[in-house]
Amino acid sequence: MDFALTEEHKMVVRMVRDFAEKEVAPYIKEYDRAHKPFIKAMERMGELGILGICIPVRYGGQGMDYISLGLACEELERVDSSLRVVLSVHVALNSLGLLQWGTEEQKQRFLVPQAKGERFAAYALTEPGAGSDAAALTTTARREGDVYILNGEKMWISLATIAHNFLVFAVTDPQAKPRHRGITAFIVERDMKGVTTGDIHGKLGVRAGSTGWIAMEDVEVPVENRLGEEGEGFKIAMSCLDNGRYTIGAGATGLIRACLEASVKYALERKTFGKEIGQHQLVQQMIAHMKRDYEIARLLYLRAGWLKNQGIRNTWQTSLSKWFATEASFAAASNAVQIHGAYGYSDEYDVERYLRNSKGACIYEGTSQIHEIIQAQYVLGYREDRPLRCELPAYDPEEWQREA
Amino acid sequence: MHIVVCTKQTPDSAAKLTVDEAGNVSWGDSPIIINPWDEYAVEEAILIKERFNGEPKVTVISMGPEEALEALKHAIAMGCDEGIRVWDEAFENSDTLATSYVLAKAIEKMGDVDLVLFGKSAIDSQTGQVPIEVARRLGFSPLTYVIKIVELDIEGRTITVERLLEQGRQVVKAPLPAVIGTVKGINEPRYPSFMGIRKATRAQYPVWTGADIGVEPDKAGAAGSGVRWERIFPPPVREGGAEIIEADTPEEAARILVDKLMAEKVI
Repeated sequence: MDFALTEEHKMVVRMVRDFAEKEVAPYIKEYDRAHKPFIKAMERMGELGILGICIPVRYGGQGMDYISLGLACEELERVDSSLRVVLSVHVALNSLGLLQWGTEEQKQRFLVPQAKGERFAAYALTEPGAGSDAAALTTTARREGDVYILNGEKMWISLATIAHNFLVFAVTDPQAKPRHRGITAFIVERDMKGVTTGDIHGKLGVRAGSTGWIAMEDVEVPVENRLGEEGEGFKIAMSCLDNGRYTIGAGATGLIRACLEASVKYALERKTFGKEIGQHQLVQQMIAHMKRDYEIARLLYLRAGWLKNQGIRNTWQTSLSKWFATEASFAAASNAVQIHGAYGYSDEYDVERYLRNSKGACIYEGTSQIHEIIQAQYVLGYREDRPLRCELPAYDPEEWQREA
Repeated sequence: MHIVVCTKQTPDSAAKLTVDEAGNVSWGDSPIIINPWDEYAVEEAILIKERFNGEPKVTVISMGPEEALEALKHAIAMGCDEGIRVWDEAFENSDTLATSYVLAKAIEKMGDVDLVLFGKSAIDSQTGQVPIEVARRLGFSPLTYVIKIVELDIEGRTITVERLLEQGRQVVKAPLPAVIGTVKGINEPRYPSFMGIRKATRAQYPVWTGADIGVEPDKAGAAGSGVRWERIFPPPVREGGAEIIEADTPEEAARILVDKLMAEKVI
């Protein structure tokens, strides 16, 4: 057993941290207050290769491993959740889905520009009436010759108004039993006729991120834009979530670290009753809990990353990482505000933003309650992983780094 | 064309330095990084390489123990071609005089060097002496505080640079080979690329010892140093104070503030 990060991992951490501290941290408060997506930061992430970090070089990526993706998420969310959300949807939910399920032609057409950061990508599963109950979606896709006609609305979609390509899930067989066997995945492009998008306003957190809706009215999607087979969409959606949840678990770990760092700094500066507040045992307790949760969350996501590198299915490990880290980050942010007292309640300090940002991740990509059920079902034997037609490929440095 | 960049490893600028009663300096568990000023020198060398279609070779060197590898790796990950660590136990406790001697010997060994680039100083010792001393030892043109390389004429063997001085900017032309001390603002150092990171972690970093570069032992390390550390102690803590200026109108408050600033000779 080896707990050490490689030299490459350490340098990736330093590089992503430098970028986030220099180019994002000084401006993020301004964007968050203005509810304005930080597009410039996204573009820079593309230029620096972060948007294709774990995609093979021959598909326009940087050829690093899945652990590097997790480490980058930790560093990005330490500064702001909106940056990590970009990696979650663009890389994990969409690009890795193409890597796992796409044909060679689809990889060349869609994955290459996405990995290079030339095109942004999103994942569209959730609908106004279908969240946790994902199989209840009502968007339809009707085949007519060489095209599918898509109709429906997607909701709570990150990068809805920014992305060029959407991975959309729609019902192709309404009679299928169970329902999820009638779902199919499609790559929908923004410039297709009948696609309209809009932003959702009034969000509690991740205000420097873009969240919105996508409406599709008689959108003609060519057959070659179908990802996987007809009826395979639900499996694809769930396998993408195995990657999306991994980035959320890793990111939430970074959020816990941000809370811990801010709290330690403040506890050493602020004095009450004649001593710095770090000397008070109840403050120490909150800081100890943050430290404990940070270490646990980090081990959980690194294990999931290691399993991905090995090509071993990691659904329950990733679910556990996401569930634990997001709940722990919400608790850490709440305690960080508590430690900062009244100052923590104002946006003069970052911790109120951490608290607002932490809540979303307890809801999206499987609420905490869904993850509790998943864990129980695995343990009780009610749920087991079945082999997929296409598995996420194990990380092979030579294969990932060959040019063509 | 051969460009050499001299780098140093330093504690992270965010490190908390402490000095105990015996004069031992510690920066806790803060990571060792490339001297931030040196990143400008590395970037400038890579920019020159790119300007001449990748033809110039860029070698980064660092005098230091194993920790100096961090600075070399960072420079390779940014885009330098190769890294050499120069170290020998006899180099321990070198001051700038001894350091410049060792670096000059290493550069001499390379033989074909046209340009040597430095950061303006190291953030730990902040002397800024080494570039000048290396230039003097090698007989290269010394060009410090360089904010812009105006022209590099490889065939004509000259370089024209803009220097940032307190009085203004000065444009000077000098023959090659030259030593250049860069300042902040000459460029915006790039982040290491992912491909660069892979290259840096797989590269070989030869170590040149005193014997390899023909160093005379009494000219390196403590033996070759002119500076003696009599005592090391932390500077006294600066006591800050704040005064709230009370006045009936903002204009009156501003007038009082100006008077006070003039009395303190701030303005």
